[in-house]
Amino acid sequence: MKLKTLMLGAAAGIALAPAAFAERGSDGEVKIIYWQAPSILNPFLSGGTKDVESSSMIIEPLARFNEKGELVPWLVDEIPTVGNGGVSEDLTSITWKISEGLLWSDGTPFTSADVKFTYEYCTHPEGGCAQLTKFNGVASVDTPDDLTVVVNFEGPTPNPYGPFVGGESPIIQAAQFANCLGAAASTCTEQNFNPIGTGPFTVTEFKPNDVITMAANPNYRDPAKPAFATVTFKGGGDATAAGRAVMETGEFDYAWNLQLAPDVIAAMAEGGKGTPIAGFGPLLERIMMNQTNPSPDLPEGERSTAMHPHPFLKEPAVYKAMSMAIDRPLLVEVGYGQAGKVGCSWVPAPEAFASTFEGCEVQDIDGANALLDEAGFLDTDGDGVREVNGVPMSILYQTSTNAVRQDFQALIKEWWSLIGIETELRNIDASVFFGGDPGSPDTFQKFYADVEMYANTFNGTDPQSYLGNGLCDKAPRPETQWQGENISRFCMPEFDALHAELTKTADMAERQRIGRELSAMMVDNGGMIPLVHRGRLSAHANSLGGVVLNVWDSELWNVADWYRID
Amino acid sequence: MTEPATAPIEALKDKVPEQPPRSQWRDVWDQLTKHKGAMFGMGFLLFITLAVLIGPYIWQVDPQKLDIRNKDMRPIYTALWDSDAKVRWANPLGSDQLGRDNLAQMIAGGRASMAVGWAAMILSLLIGTAIGVLAGFFKRLDGPLMRLTDLFLSLPILPLLLVAVTLFRQPLRAAFGPEGGMFILIVTVVGITSWMPTARIVRGDVLAIKEREFVLAARSIGTTSFKIIRRHLLPNVLSPIMVSAALGLATAIITESALSFLGVGFPSDFPTWGKMLADAVPRMERFPERVMLPGIAISLTVLSVNYLGDGLRDALDPRIRGR
Repeated sequence: MKLKTLMLGAAAGIALAPAAFAERGSDGEVKIIYWQAPSILNPFLSGGTKDVESSSMIIEPLARFNEKGELVPWLVDEIPTVGNGGVSEDLTSITWKISEGLLWSDGTPFTSADVKFTYEYCTHPEGGCAQLTKFNGVASVDTPDDLTVVVNFEGPTPNPYGPFVGGESPIIQAAQFANCLGAAASTCTEQNFNPIGTGPFTVTEFKPNDVITMAANPNYRDPAKPAFATVTFKGGGDATAAGRAVMETGEFDYAWNLQLAPDVIAAMAEGGKGTPIAGFGPLLERIMMNQTNPSPDLPEGERSTAMHPHPFLKEPAVYKAMSMAIDRPLLVEVGYGQAGKVGCSWVPAPEAFASTFEGCEVQDIDGANALLDEAGFLDTDGDGVREVNGVPMSILYQTSTNAVRQDFQALIKEWWSLIGIETELRNIDASVFFGGDPGSPDTFQKFYADVEMYANTFNGTDPQSYLGNGLCDKAPRPETQWQGENISRFCMPEFDALHAELTKTADMAERQRIGRELSAMMVDNGGMIPLVHRGRLSAHANSLGGVVLNVWDSELWNVADWYRID
Repeated sequence: MTEPATAPIEALKDKVPEQPPRSQWRDVWDQLTKHKGAMFGMGFLLFITLAVLIGPYIWQVDPQKLDIRNKDMRPIYTALWDSDAKVRWANPLGSDQLGRDNLAQMIAGGRASMAVGWAAMILSLLIGTAIGVLAGFFKRLDGPLMRLTDLFLSLPILPLLLVAVTLFRQPLRAAFGPEGGMFILIVTVVGITSWMPTARIVRGDVLAIKEREFVLAARSIGTTSFKIIRRHLLPNVLSPIMVSAALGLATAIITESALSFLGVGFPSDFPTWGKMLADAVPRMERFPERVMLPGIAISLTVLSVNYLGDGLRDALDPRIRGR
């Protein structure tokens, strides 16, 4: 009986749902809150996530990544590949076929000239385009006809889906921005605040750093969408307030990026007005292991550089034991809840690039102790701390100031004390720690500590440049003004050689195999200890349907499909 | 000449004091005991000081010991109105999100807060009195020293502390260990940024007293400046010094709590009242006791010190005393 009622309910739900978004503008208003306020609606002039995502409701790229990280055609009919002839055999050009009948929100047709103009706009030498890296290696953009765009690269490019793909590389209207090239770009206030687009909404009013009001685009390609007639996009406040506004008070329908502890989120969710949703990209919380000696006895300029290797962190028994002593499921439970998974691989996503490690999710204190005993690193002076070649295993563990991270520090310190490693904790204000000031001794790049904890990720689905963070010459050092992405100063010729191979490999399966191998190399050789695979956490009102959280592209990528559940 | 001097004339005889002489401090004490607020303050301060000093020997739980299975325990009194609450006698005041015992943390945190408070207060008192006396007594030093005081008054303590942490953390840590080094750093910074009110008050009093006749008399018989300060000036400015000492203790405790609250200073697993308060804020609604306990401890300590200072001011002023 109960099952029958449930089935009936589900059937009714399915029957009703399409009706709810059958007509454009039938569902009234949707309210979105971002606790960082957008300041411009032109992502080419701002790298900020808030600006990229808010503008993604208005202007669109040729293709996007969906929630699984797969490319989906957006303003084109299909994704060009070598197989369908869209990408040339020598990987030097890609040909996009624009869908027929696309209109800008002002009613004029969308053509290949607009795409070419976008390229010229961003690559203008005086423009200062924030998304210039998207056009790296592009030699020219040709337009054989109104609906065909050919992007020519300077050399073979195994991954040609950089330009005009994803929320950071949308197409702007040539007619509107014609006078905004180069140095004039930032003076075009009207264009930057009210871009004409192909997206489901158009700007009604934009108040920088405050609120955007939008209305449904009358010329949107799908006549039944969007279901909402207007959008109020509010910016500002903090994550706690945004979470409360959606889940406890129901003032807003969607809140972005709620970086809060799981029990705090759960307490908000009890409000019953909204639901938290988590999506998993490649964001990984990890402990970086300093391969060099950070001892303050060393002179400035030699400290934490390749001149002095670390006295004991490069010993396989030491880093393996330190990793074995960690109870990752407990860390997930304490710090991230449903927004975290046990993290074992440097590249935790996409799935195909994630390497697997046996037994990484099981804590093994006895095994770790046995490993250290076997290696001969014993506590010879009876103070509870093991010695390696006469050096006591006493380490400084630093991270940024954040409630969850300090909880992690306390737990990990306790576990390491069980295997005879003494830990001193230190937390640094996030703006200093991630500030990158070469004059400060407290930045994560300078790494004046034995181990440090933070999270890192990459955009899109191809980890090639991210894996480059393990290259020997990317290590921060005085000569590079302490800039560089190889934080742990990992250095292995085999790694460098394998990465060089990756940059030349076009076959996807082979790329994935090399990627997994590189990731495993880093972890197996003690460059880092992966802890938690973190998700992106947002919340939507229970009355808002159609939300699909996307971590590979703008979170608002499918806002056209959102509808009101009555 | 003929008769030996017998008993002196009765009427001319001096009256012997009927009561034994009373010291000044006895008067002060008597006056102080009449001030109810001061007595309450002194009692509470004594209680807190004893609790943090002797407490760890009675409640022998390690405040940094994690016990994740018994996390988020409520205080034992919660069971009075909520029989389903997670309570146990091993954590009479409950435990935090990682299962650390709140009572042990309160005791250990109080130790740190009180130690910082006392040390910083004594330091700022020494600096403040020295500068105040010198500026008041030596006319040539007055201008420069008071301008220096103005300069220090305009120093913002937080940016200063951030800079000091960056510059001196490493050498101090190497010399005194992570916690000892931080203690010295915080005490020094709080001390050198809170002596200015004391210096100004002392200077004002010294300016007035040094023009009095007894100072002139002392000078006329050749007393050196140092001796005049020691014998005549300092005892007379003791009253404002004692009061600002009491207020200084309160300020130092609050500053230390604020620094810990902001996450600057002691290592993150080293409990202080301010740190406990900061950690508890996100879960304030579900575990109000974690905010209330350290918050009330800070407020009551500061309040009791303020009352004590108030009582001391009344007791030390001979013009008010005895009324």
